[in-house]
Amino acid sequence: MAIDDTQAQSETGAYELQRPGRFREFWSYFSENRGAVAGLIVFLSFILIAIFADFIAPYSPTDQFRGNLLQPPFWQDGGSTKFLLGTDAVGRDMLSRLIHGARFSFFIGLIVVSLSLLGGVTIGLVAGFVGGWVEVMIMRLMDVILAFPSLLLALVMVAILGPSLINAMLAIAIVLQPQYVRLTRAAVLAELPKDYVTSARMVGSGTLRLMFITVLPNCLAPIIVQAALSFSTAILDAAALGFLGLGAQPPKPEWGTMLSEAREFILRAWWVVTLPGLAILITVLSINLMGDGLRDALDPKLKRS
Amino acid sequence: MIQFVLKRLGTTIPTFIGVSIITFLFIRLIPGDPILLMAGERGMSDERHAKLLAQFGYDQPLWQQYWDYLSGMLRGDLGISFRTKRPVWDEFFALFPATLELSLCAIIFAVFIGIPSGIVAAIYRGKWPDQLLMSTALIGYSMPIFWWALLLIIFFSGTLGWTPVSGRISLMYFFPSGTGFMLIDAWQSGQAGAFKSAVQHLILPTVVLGTIPLAVIARQTRSAMLEVLSEDYIRTARAKGLSPFRINGLHALRNALIPVVTVIGLSVGTLLAGAILTETIFSWPGIGKWMVESIRARDYPVVQGGLMLIAAMVMFVNLFVDLLYGLINPKIRKS
Amino acid sequence: MALLDVNNLTVEFKTSQGQFRAVDSIDISVDANDVLAIVGESGSGKSVSMLAVMGLLPWTATVTADQMLFNGIDLTTLTAKQRRNIVGKDMSMIFQEPMSSLNPCFTVGFQLREALKAHLPLSRSARKIRAIELLEMVGIPEPLKRLSAFPHQLSGGMNQRVMIAMAIACKPKLLIADEPTTALDVTIQAQILELLLELNQQHDMALVLITHDMGVVAETAARVSVQYAGQKVEEQSVEDLFAAPRHPYTHALLAALPERATGKLLPSIPGVVPGQFDRPTGCLFSPRCQFADARCLADAPLASPDDSTSVRCHYPLSNSASVA
Ligand SMILES: Nc1ncnc2c1ncn2[C@@H]1O[C@H](COP(=O)(O)OP(=O)(O)OP(=O)(O)O)[C@@H](O)[C@H]1O
Ligand SMILES: [Mg+2]
Repeated sequence: MAIDDTQAQSETGAYELQRPGRFREFWSYFSENRGAVAGLIVFLSFILIAIFADFIAPYSPTDQFRGNLLQPPFWQDGGSTKFLLGTDAVGRDMLSRLIHGARFSFFIGLIVVSLSLLGGVTIGLVAGFVGGWVEVMIMRLMDVILAFPSLLLALVMVAILGPSLINAMLAIAIVLQPQYVRLTRAAVLAELPKDYVTSARMVGSGTLRLMFITVLPNCLAPIIVQAALSFSTAILDAAALGFLGLGAQPPKPEWGTMLSEAREFILRAWWVVTLPGLAILITVLSINLMGDGLRDALDPKLKRS
Repeated sequence: MIQFVLKRLGTTIPTFIGVSIITFLFIRLIPGDPILLMAGERGMSDERHAKLLAQFGYDQPLWQQYWDYLSGMLRGDLGISFRTKRPVWDEFFALFPATLELSLCAIIFAVFIGIPSGIVAAIYRGKWPDQLLMSTALIGYSMPIFWWALLLIIFFSGTLGWTPVSGRISLMYFFPSGTGFMLIDAWQSGQAGAFKSAVQHLILPTVVLGTIPLAVIARQTRSAMLEVLSEDYIRTARAKGLSPFRINGLHALRNALIPVVTVIGLSVGTLLAGAILTETIFSWPGIGKWMVESIRARDYPVVQGGLMLIAAMVMFVNLFVDLLYGLINPKIRKS
Repeated sequence: MALLDVNNLTVEFKTSQGQFRAVDSIDISVDANDVLAIVGESGSGKSVSMLAVMGLLPWTATVTADQMLFNGIDLTTLTAKQRRNIVGKDMSMIFQEPMSSLNPCFTVGFQLREALKAHLPLSRSARKIRAIELLEMVGIPEPLKRLSAFPHQLSGGMNQRVMIAMAIACKPKLLIADEPTTALDVTIQAQILELLLELNQQHDMALVLITHDMGVVAETAARVSVQYAGQKVEEQSVEDLFAAPRHPYTHALLAALPERATGKLLPSIPGVVPGQFDRPTGCLFSPRCQFADARCLADAPLASPDDSTSVRCHYPLSNSASVA
């Protein structure tokens, strides 16, 4: 009982507060979580690297230095500071390829999240507002999509559409969509009976306005958290597709594709295998850390602990 | 309880039909003619083309094809593989035990490490064991498992030479597969060293496949335990003077398990997705590797049938987990 | 010697905004077979002080006391294991919310037998017999059948009876009942109180009854301790307290009753109990006290140890003033 009361209070309180106040409150919770802040910093540097890859990378990711095949990183015997992280089997600079790989991962994440979020939220809003058989059909369709293991569904879609990065992103976006639909619908159903919606209805707001301007901003919290989580899923799945040879195609410096090219050197040149995977892990980890922080800061239930 | 079962079945059947329609349409959506695609660069005579179209039923109207597909499926007929010319259904069930064995081992590994880790983390909330365990879990949760597999191979197979890199058992051993589970078959064969070899082959794939479920289970157990530990009935248990072991391990865990079991059930989909990567890397002759090879070879009947059977399996497991949820949650069971 | 003798008990919680003192130098003394009522508004630290005695507070709480004797044993120096041998056996507690105080995953019988198993060397069958006996004792019909029921299949009143059965399973010397009837219907309330009093009289068990309800106090208790904002402001026998409350807060509580015997929740005294951030410097009750003057606002009054009513006020009401 007591918890319910305070929760309701904090919700209405947040609703009445001005936006800057809301953000400051969010930030004060978020910044308390050291892991989340570290994740945010790594993620921001990842974005910067992705954007400025052309300026940061010492070489082009596709330039082949035929005299320096499989050269180890500079601190090992045989390495040189010319290629800080060594070269791969055809003499391309690892560091440059990793930096450009950040760009791929970033755009994959961005596009997949945008597509699945826009599609999923819209469908979820429709399901929540329209109700009836439309809602039943939508939710059953989402159940159908969820019945397939996501990576397998993406694989099959890529097999049909043809292996390419664009198709891989499209497939992953479709696979991630049901999560948004479910979340949005649940949030809408929870918000609809509340007083502010009723009063907006009485004033005569149109359905579209009600959907996107009145209700949506109040169920954003779980959607934002989901966006962070699906950003990392998108990067992981795209890398997995690349690894299986069904995502980005060589010689694109996509991390998963780089790993699959490097597999045969696994016992000879640790750096061509270790580094791309490490890049994926660090990126995904930072996003997940951030996602955890977001969830804790946005979820009023966990706030008080 | 019966009502609960019926209601749950009521949502499973439409989903099943939806899945069958989607898998059916997939193949029809491919631009071009599947027979020509299969023939590839070589091409074929018109006569042979027409014969093959008729043989695979692609000359029928769409609804007729769907009906044949659905009724065939219920009879255990999912068509013939382009590549091997063997029935898809037979191939699937020949390979399935390998995937099942691997998945079961992975889930056991994940449960037996994940749940205790989650409990310990919850009990030591905010202290170093919690931080250590949950950081590790988050790393596991973020792990690209195909890379993780390569790392383990580098270390355990390359550097230490402890474990083999591929397959289910060393080629030295040969015995008829009785159960399809290599561990059991190897044990029953009585050949010296066979069982050990099977175990060695199984360890790395199990760890790789179990990593993400392990992380998910540990995190979920911790949060469920934390929620439960602040409940009134835990205070009652403490007021009875029970030992912490009994309070945490019985009173709290029993309640915390309810959401954890759901999560374990839901991770079956993740597990099968992971099996695709794990089996490909370790050359594990199971469903995942089979699907990837078929996708690469554009063996559409296999892709379609395999997808259908896998989705059906996921649905079946989810149904089972929901029923189990009803069983372990007395509020549903007795109402 | 008193059964429970607590001196200068203080409980502080670690919160994100610093330390919060929920209980402030309270003395509690309960004799064997005594019935002590603790009254006060919500948030006055009644539950926290008794949970501290039981050792049931979460780790965020710091408990300090000059002395905490139960049955001659010093509770402050016990190890966790030694404490577990006392808690649930000689000293037990029941709570406000019967529906959530029982574990939903186990049957009533399991939870009852478990209480026996923890402290008594009984065989399996003996435990079952004793469990049935206990359910009968607390007035549950068809006890054998009820043993295999889950808590959500029973009503709130039945669950509270189960809680009582569990609490008295090992024949405790002291039972602490924290608002045992607040969540129940009025008719059930009376039955539960009657049951508690009966147990108190027939089984030689002291009772500490935490309540909001002055009517309940009048009917059940022998002595009353009044708490306000974590402090004990007054303690008297029931007759004296109702006849001549000495602290203005007690006076206000009683004055707010339309009929002294039929009070419900504590009715309105203007203002609220001070929280963590608005604690006044002087007497904690001064902002709401009709008699407060400059001295009350400046200095906190101390409990006068020589006075038998131990009233915490600069200007205790005399008998004549209380007749309002
Ligand atoms: N775990 C805790 N952490 C922080 N503060 C707490 C905790 N438990 C109780 N408090 C605070 O201690 C104060 C006293 O609480 P307590 O539960 O003892 O009040 P009470 O007199 O029993 O009230 P009620 O009549 O509502 O039960 C309250 O202000 C409460 O907010
Ligand atoms: Mg209380």
